[in-house]
Amino acid sequence: MSNQYRTSNSKGLVNKEKIINFTFNGDSYQGYEGDTLASALIANGIHLVGRSFKYHRPRGFLGAGVEEPNAMVQLHEGDRSEPNIMATEVELVEGLKAKSQNCWPSVKFDIGEINNILNRFFPAGFYYKTFMWPKSFWFKVYEPFIRKAAGMGVAPLSPDPDRYEHNYEHCDVLVVGSGPSGLSSALAAAKNGARVILAEDKAHFGGSLLNDDVTIGNMSGREWASDVISQLKNMPNVVVKNRSQVFGYYDHNMTVMFERVSDHLENSSKYTPRQRLHYIRAGEVIVSTGSIERPISFGNNDRPGIFLASAAREYMKVYETLVGKKPIIFTNNDSAYATALEFIKNDIKPIIVDTRDNSDGQLVKEVQEQGINIRFNSGIANTKGHLKIKSATIGTLDNQKENFISLEEVDCDCICMSGGWTPTVHLSSQAGNKLKFNEDIDAFVPDKKRQKETAVGSANGAFTLDQSLAEGFQVGFELSNKFTSNDIKTDTPISNEPDQKPHEKLWCMPLPNGQKPKRFIDFQNDVAVSDVELALREGFRSIEHVKRYTTLGMAGDQGKTSNLNGLQYVSNIEKKIVPEVGHTTFRPPYTPVTIGTIVGREVGNHYLPTRKSPVHTWHEENNAVFVAAGLWVRPRYYPRGTETMNDAVNREAANVRKNVGICDVTTLGKIDIKGPDAPEFLNRVYTNAWLKLPVGKARYGVMLREDGMVFDDGTTSRLSENHFHMTTTTAQAANVLSHLEYYLQVVWPELDVNVLSTTEQWAGVAVAGPKSRELLSKLFPDVDLSNEGLPFMGLVDTKLGDIPARIYRISFSGELAFEVNVESNYGLHLWKKIMDVGSEFGVQPYGTEALSTLRIEMGHVAGPELDGRNIPYDVGLNGMVSQKKDFIGKRSLSKDAFVSEDRQTIVGLVPVDKKSKIPEGSHIVVDDKAPTPIPKLGHVSSSCWSVEYNNPFSIAILKDGKKQIGKQLIAVSPLKDISIPVEVVSSHYVDPKGERVRS
Amino acid sequence: MLEIKCPYCGKRSQNEFSYGGDGNIKRPALGEEISTKDWDDFVYFRDNPRGKHTELWQHVSGCRQWFKASRDTATHEIFSTCKMNEDFNE
Repeated sequence: MSNQYRTSNSKGLVNKEKIINFTFNGDSYQGYEGDTLASALIANGIHLVGRSFKYHRPRGFLGAGVEEPNAMVQLHEGDRSEPNIMATEVELVEGLKAKSQNCWPSVKFDIGEINNILNRFFPAGFYYKTFMWPKSFWFKVYEPFIRKAAGMGVAPLSPDPDRYEHNYEHCDVLVVGSGPSGLSSALAAAKNGARVILAEDKAHFGGSLLNDDVTIGNMSGREWASDVISQLKNMPNVVVKNRSQVFGYYDHNMTVMFERVSDHLENSSKYTPRQRLHYIRAGEVIVSTGSIERPISFGNNDRPGIFLASAAREYMKVYETLVGKKPIIFTNNDSAYATALEFIKNDIKPIIVDTRDNSDGQLVKEVQEQGINIRFNSGIANTKGHLKIKSATIGTLDNQKENFISLEEVDCDCICMSGGWTPTVHLSSQAGNKLKFNEDIDAFVPDKKRQKETAVGSANGAFTLDQSLAEGFQVGFELSNKFTSNDIKTDTPISNEPDQKPHEKLWCMPLPNGQKPKRFIDFQNDVAVSDVELALREGFRSIEHVKRYTTLGMAGDQGKTSNLNGLQYVSNIEKKIVPEVGHTTFRPPYTPVTIGTIVGREVGNHYLPTRKSPVHTWHEENNAVFVAAGLWVRPRYYPRGTETMNDAVNREAANVRKNVGICDVTTLGKIDIKGPDAPEFLNRVYTNAWLKLPVGKARYGVMLREDGMVFDDGTTSRLSENHFHMTTTTAQAANVLSHLEYYLQVVWPELDVNVLSTTEQWAGVAVAGPKSRELLSKLFPDVDLSNEGLPFMGLVDTKLGDIPARIYRISFSGELAFEVNVESNYGLHLWKKIMDVGSEFGVQPYGTEALSTLRIEMGHVAGPELDGRNIPYDVGLNGMVSQKKDFIGKRSLSKDAFVSEDRQTIVGLVPVDKKSKIPEGSHIVVDDKAPTPIPKLGHVSSSCWSVEYNNPFSIAILKDGKKQIGKQLIAVSPLKDISIPVEVVSSHYVDPKGERVRS
Repeated sequence: MLEIKCPYCGKRSQNEFSYGGDGNIKRPALGEEISTKDWDDFVYFRDNPRGKHTELWQHVSGCRQWFKASRDTATHEIFSTCKMNEDFNE
């Protein structure tokens, strides 16, 4: 029989006309539209959901919403499989598949339960104490064991197929939570004209109004809630969001909200995101997050069937579900009597156990009027029932309430407990609010705010409806008035609810004589009263230390139901008041958030923007293998036929040395520099002299940081008197621009210079090789490209057909070379023209690998050498440093360590066997067999296969490098277990006199 | 994420800006004779106050202007921002 635990008289929000099929642990069940997975399971009499974290104890449901610490399940299958989902937060949807986790072979028979039997061997701090020694056991024995034993569900291994989105919002007033205070503050703020966002975690709005029998105006609480919501939904200045949890409160009123967009839908369109992350920058945040009921610690208080009284009421009143038919209500306050009354309404007579000596509250009287005998001055000592609660041992308490006088075993199928209420202060605390302890309610409430955040209603410790509504309307009006000049005040309606008497300050039952059952405080982390006692006994005093030693209040749960009980217990033992003990820090997220939502659309290729040159399509069509260079995608090499990478790179590089090659250098950073002080500015930025550079000439320049380290290099050309074109390395383009802007705006604002990035505006093609002049002469027949017409480091403006083009005589490859620039849109056209014209000269494209090979052979430095650790001297650029003028970083170069003779300097390395490739990053040592630590003389920065000499060649940064030339050393790569004897040579391996570039 | 008022563009989220360090640092003049200690102080040493701090930011994903901000390093409160050639209006 299905749905045998449904209420007969409670009217909730489920639709019994619409049956929904789902499976749990492989068995099929039915629930109704509007059910959560939790309510549907309970309605079918299923209480055993999973096993606890540490002891593998059978666990069921404790709560009905975000407070649930136990009932976590693995949802769905395959690549949509999702671990550790609170069953109370899952809306039932047709075909839903859920299963228990943290158990093997099954939830009913779990091998791991041996931990429970051996629990005296698993005290608090067990891991810290046990896995300390021997040290060598950590990696191979302990860690794999702990990894296997820890954690709950299983993460899927394949990529998430669903779509997630991010959204950025601004509003005047964000209201978090739609209970009575949230609704009233949202309504007051909205009517006053403020832009309002109202966020509710659950599917239904109303919060406690859905569970409590109250009236507001002439409506029931529930009717009033839906009336306010429909008013808000019709206002253009209001956004109302359900299924949306504001889980984090960050600086400057940035809050983050997690919206479950389509998890509850049976079908949703391909482009509907599954979940959405909203970044909301709110002018003011109203924290109306309500309160969570506190459990009571008593022997075996964690068995399936033991609920919070408020949750039991919510299951009846919202989901028309009975958590049991033989209930015991166990309370230290009046609010649980509302749960008793709801049972009575459904013809079920609960047993009521109240720790207090008496109460004459209205709800208590109503229960008594139904002929129910209340056991005052009593408590629950212990429970029985392995997979589901069967009975409770109830006892009368002595005068001090420290011992049981008499004990009696009573059959039951559920216990509904209430230890009073804890305001949900997580968001206020995250916002930096210093909480204060309110002794009337025995809980922390927000106090001194650091940000624009105001708690109202029970989140602020206002536990009556009157107060909640009054605070809501008042605060909603006042805060909205900061943003509007309307001054429209909404009246607070008259409300009516049963009055309640004070709770008793008792949250932990004594142990029954001669027995030591576990009395749990933190269900999610399996922390019992005895663990807290142990921590204190072992000397942990700070509450933050007790938390970490016992794991109380940690992990996904963030201590929603356990924090205060833990604090209370510590304060009892320490004989301190709770505020002296203090509280632990609340951290976001308030509830677990999927990784998919945090990542949003920034997955795969969308993780970062991709920059492509205008020639990219040609590269693709011509078999280029690409490589990421920062955000750019550049051709690495262009393999032909069955060529390996090495084959292709050697062919491309050799062709440049022999004929002519072209390389797409569009990615180089380009900065346009204009202004009467531009030459002076360059003179200060670069180490060499710039004032006398003639118009129409380019010059190589090196720039330093103030600490003297080489920052970047490149060629800069003078286009006219006050107009320069700077190029930077691809990697540093953005940093160089910021660097220039810093000096112009902050340090030398008197210089009249403007800088602008033109990287995207120019496409560049390097044409390199002995036949490059012939090739370009054919393409630009009107331009004199001879040594006289366009000497090395010259430039000329010309046209390619009708297209403006600029030709620079510059070279990175060390060969006779040119670089042609056209506007980006014509980049592809230029490239194709060069390929067409160049076929008779044997032109071939070359990628970044051949580019590297060519510059390494020549000893030209690049990123691996300019790594922020070398001054010009170290990388052979001392000749670039002007002695006559000052420039950025110059003063550092005269520091003692920087003028030392034996500094590390750039050298070349050739393996003695002329065959072994030297891995980049290898260390250079004299004797690789020496006892460790072996003195390190330097490292290999760049390696290539020299196409000129047909053997490996590397550049290294070597201590006292110049004096080492001719010596034999050893390059070792411990990671690859390679040792290679090498000969130190000059870093200018090919054409050391630089004749080719001037040829 | 902080909300920073660019003196040129108005309030924007922190992810449009990059932090530029201590705003009190004055670079020694070009060509100035300066002891190694003073130079090292300029290059390497920064105060790390808890509380109000004058610092530089650049609106890199916006107008690209460098500007000054007066910020509390403990609470992240930004008291004021101003252009480089202005003083804080506090």
